[in-house]
Amino acid sequence: MSFFLIITAVVTLFAAVIAMSLRNLVHCALMLAVSFSGVAAIYLQLNAEFVGFTEILVYVGAVAILIVMAILLTRSGETPDKTVLTSGWPAGVAVTAMVFVILGWAILNSSVLPVPPETVPHATVKNIGDILMTKYVLPLEIIALMLTAAMIGAVIIAYKEEVKSPGDRSEGAQVKPAYSNKPAPVPVAAHELEKEGAL
Amino acid sequence: MNPLSFCLLVSAFLFATGFAGAVTRRHAILVLVGIELMLNAANLNLIAFWRFGPNPQAMTGIIFVLFSMALAAAEAAVGLALVIAIYRHKRTSNLDEVKELRG
Repeated sequence: MSFFLIITAVVTLFAAVIAMSLRNLVHCALMLAVSFSGVAAIYLQLNAEFVGFTEILVYVGAVAILIVMAILLTRSGETPDKTVLTSGWPAGVAVTAMVFVILGWAILNSSVLPVPPETVPHATVKNIGDILMTKYVLPLEIIALMLTAAMIGAVIIAYKEEVKSPGDRSEGAQVKPAYSNKPAPVPVAAHELEKEGAL
Repeated sequence: MNPLSFCLLVSAFLFATGFAGAVTRRHAILVLVGIELMLNAANLNLIAFWRFGPNPQAMTGIIFVLFSMALAAAEAAVGLALVIAIYRHKRTSNLDEVKELRG
């Protein structure tokens, strides 16, 4: 265990604690980016270079920026005057402390942890690509489908819905908009469409 | 200390931090940030077990972390879209005020 690993871990955890305790949400997002970078540095020291760079690309590059965009879109960028904690926060802190104590006790007293091997494993990009394209090709396709579905779903959820009272749909079709002085478009007959399509 | 135990302890602390943020902050975006931190802690666990585990040639941990990152990105996108939709609907992103479904 190197000295640099300890430093990186301390920076990561410190940034995470600060990100969770600052009042201004934009500062929280920036400290979150620092924490993600620290996690990526830990990955690099654990010989998982590809995962480390993916972490920087996905988390620091995309997720942190997405969070900043959401903060600004919901107009919560300024520091709130009221309290930032929920009404039941002491119970939350107690449960958190309990979770950490139980996890730490389990880690420190476990007898089933594997002994670290002497050889250092290497995960080159070629190896990862090979195994992704052969053994894990079906999960890869499923993940691609899931990302597409999530992207469409996110766009539909966040899309601005039109203000529409029930029942004014047929009237709205007949009212001419005020900004348009053109006549309503004449419906094109079917045989004309066929002629255009033939041309 | 064992390097594996050290990595697991770091991961446990990161998880506890994210959990504390998710359950104590009242802003919806901070809850999503806490969930992201918890997912990062889980990924760190997987990488540590891949690095110090008995059979690293199979690269199961690396592949699992890559898929988990894709899932986390999708979750963040949908979650933030939900926060924006709730803000547009109710003009607030305070979780104490969004309680229509509370019994």
